[in-house]
Amino acid sequence: MNSETSLIMVFISLAIVNNLVLIKFLGICPYLGVSRRVDMAFGMGCAVTFVMTISGTVTWLVNNLVLQKIGMGYLKYIAFIMVIASMVQLVEMYVRKFFPSLYESFGIFLPLITTNCAILGTCLFIDLWEFTFLQAVVASFGGGLGFTLVICMMGGIREHLEWADVPRALKGAGITLITAGIMTLAFMGFSGMI
Amino acid sequence: MSAEENIKLKPAGAPEALTHFVRGLWQENAIFRQMLGMCPVLAVTAQLQPALTMGAATTFVLVCSNVVVSLMRNLLQGHLRILMFTLTIATFVTIADLLLQAFLPDMSEALGAYVPLIIVNCLIIGRAEACGSRKPVTTSLCDALGMGIGFTFGLCVLACVREILADGALWGHQIMPDAFVCWNVMKLPAGAFITLGILLGLSNHFFKKK
Repeated sequence: MNSETSLIMVFISLAIVNNLVLIKFLGICPYLGVSRRVDMAFGMGCAVTFVMTISGTVTWLVNNLVLQKIGMGYLKYIAFIMVIASMVQLVEMYVRKFFPSLYESFGIFLPLITTNCAILGTCLFIDLWEFTFLQAVVASFGGGLGFTLVICMMGGIREHLEWADVPRALKGAGITLITAGIMTLAFMGFSGMI
Repeated sequence: MSAEENIKLKPAGAPEALTHFVRGLWQENAIFRQMLGMCPVLAVTAQLQPALTMGAATTFVLVCSNVVVSLMRNLLQGHLRILMFTLTIATFVTIADLLLQAFLPDMSEALGAYVPLIIVNCLIIGRAEACGSRKPVTTSLCDALGMGIGFTFGLCVLACVREILADGALWGHQIMPDAFVCWNVMKLPAGAFITLGILLGLSNHFFKKK
């Protein structure tokens, strides 16, 4: 397989077939918490995609060019989380300076991207699957896009669920989880693609 | 500062710690009540054994980091405290990961990337913020223990339901009659979402006082 096809495969794999939210169960908290409206979900998806692409790239560089070279691989979790935290801090400063209204509407959810397991999870899976540098960049971007896709779909469904007659005990998280389960079944249809 | 706190808190110390411990078990159960730390809940509960291992690892990290955060609570300040929490937690997760690799290699293999993902379990950061950085060491310890046991309990309930329905077995031993047809969907991600949704609905229906 030549390198372009392998890059496309990695992209499709991370974005759809091995979707972070639905198949790997990463980033469930924002998936349940921020998916009430489509526009909020989309903003969140963009922020996560941005942070994920940068931190996936930077953690690959740190891990392969520094930590593995000096034989301190056991420090990688601490290094990864430091990189992610500083990237989020950077994005936060940038958004606050140039898009103050967007900053207001995100509120607490922007700093909480640090603790979004989808981002750390992507960095860990890239390390686990031993991707090359280009594959790592494509994989982290694809993972972010897949997250955006799924959280926007959930936002759309939940806007309609507002008007549905849901049993009282299942209101809120219960029905959202069951909806997510059915969505997962639909996404399993893609599993033969690769 | 600490002497003054000791005088103020010592008489009420033990009962407060106890209430914190009991509260974590059910009343503020991480999974069914607060919906925190959902990623491992869904990912590792296909069988009981990895679920229990995950619960134990999370409890270990939760207790250690809550105690350490509580010890350094007077030094923490401002927006840097979240970073300090995360670094403390990452250190203990590295320890837990190395211990698992050394003593339970097959479990470590089965849990894979979900052990390092304990770092970003919102339950642990949540407890560090809500309890560890405010309360003395004894209270933080009991609070973390209660929360950890409650979390493990939730994981095990979900894992029992899924393993019985998916394999007709519990802890690897078959318990259902031979005629039982296994529900393969319970092993898949879809089964995890739907089971948790239904369990949440049931717990709301039977236990929530209006």
